[in-house]
Amino acid sequence: MRANLTDYTIQAPATLAEALAILAAEPGVWTPIAGGTDLMVLFNAGRLPARRLLDLSRLSELRGVEEDPARLSLGALTTYTELLEQRSVHTCFPNLVKSARATGAKAIQNRGTLGGNIVNASPAADTPPALLAYGAELELVSVRGARWVPYASFHRDYKKMDLAPDELVARVRLPKPRGTGFHFYRKVGTRQAQAIAKVCLAAYARIEDRVVTEFRVGLGSVAPVPARAHRTETLLVGCRLGALPVAAARQAIQEDIAPIDDIRASAHFRRVVTGNVLEQMLMELAKA
Amino acid sequence: MPVSETIELSLQVNGVARTVAVHPMARLLDVLREPLGLTGTKEGCGEGECGACSVLLDGRVVNSCLVPALQAQGAVVVTVEGLAQGQELSPLQAAFLTHNAAQCGFCTPGMLVAAQDLLGRCPAPSPDQVRTGLAGNLCRCTGYSKILEAVATLSGPGEAKR
Repeated sequence: MRANLTDYTIQAPATLAEALAILAAEPGVWTPIAGGTDLMVLFNAGRLPARRLLDLSRLSELRGVEEDPARLSLGALTTYTELLEQRSVHTCFPNLVKSARATGAKAIQNRGTLGGNIVNASPAADTPPALLAYGAELELVSVRGARWVPYASFHRDYKKMDLAPDELVARVRLPKPRGTGFHFYRKVGTRQAQAIAKVCLAAYARIEDRVVTEFRVGLGSVAPVPARAHRTETLLVGCRLGALPVAAARQAIQEDIAPIDDIRASAHFRRVVTGNVLEQMLMELAKA
Repeated sequence: MPVSETIELSLQVNGVARTVAVHPMARLLDVLREPLGLTGTKEGCGEGECGACSVLLDGRVVNSCLVPALQAQGAVVVTVEGLAQGQELSPLQAAFLTHNAAQCGFCTPGMLVAAQDLLGRCPAPSPDQVRTGLAGNLCRCTGYSKILEAVATLSGPGEAKR
């Protein structure tokens, strides 16, 4: 049933300082909203538990892209379309390009934000596996100050985050890969657009003298949170491209994941497909 | 900042400045259809899946069912009613007519708006770009071929004329 409008209030602070003051004065009362591509779906169905919304969409402090030779920093309000318009995202972070293109379709990409994709905390979100593969860090801000946290430890459990009720995600920072890199992103959904992932796997490997010297795998839809495949990563670091332990890696990744049965796929399907996508990735890595 | 029951929402719709008193959480879709009387924009799924409610918001296609009125304050909106020049159909609308690209017609306003958005940023789209540009718009009659053909005829000289 449609939501009753009079049950809801929304306000739009003019500055980040004002927004943080509101969150600090009434922690947990105000729910931030930006592109609305997740919250408005719940709202329209009459299933949005939050009644007081804080519109962040006009806060210029949370916008913009900053770049130096070592890093790229994206404001939390960066939309998928804005990501796709950034030259440095294409040159340094191709998995992020693929993940933005895999999210919804154009109308969603024009509204949805990177910060929203993170704090909505869906295990099936499309950009988190790419962010995990690139070793992203998040800047969290509140009236108490700012802190940087590794994205890999941000998601604690299903929809539970290392984010206090008075904090906002302000920026996402990515270290630029150096040297020879291998990038892989594959989302398995019902169709290419407008689908929610059944399995998503993003990987980044650094290769030196045909040896994997750095390796990160981000997974979506196969655990309660977007998760790294630590066992698989440990197994593959130090391996020669010509002698990648495919069978052992397929086994290791089964221990990295904890998929469930739901309306989109069975746990069994997710296990098999995760192994298959991992193998596809390793076959491409062998040829890198 | 005080939280009021209704806000004075001022926006430019199809080139005309409009001001309406609405709840700040009213959906842009409902603001367009009800107080503004622009019923060309349709509600399909109400969850951003089908694209029937597509409009251009500050020049970019959005699902108007997912936009709270407050976020449209001061915006420039184009709906399907804004595509024609007076009584003259836009080239895209004329192509839809020529190619019988509407069956029941319910998805057509959203298809036209999404296709207009595509042609605005990519005047000569390839067939793949047309498919990607319309990927967020569902046609329950499954009349996709004629829709894609109609858009392809607009795709500029030397491109995918079928």
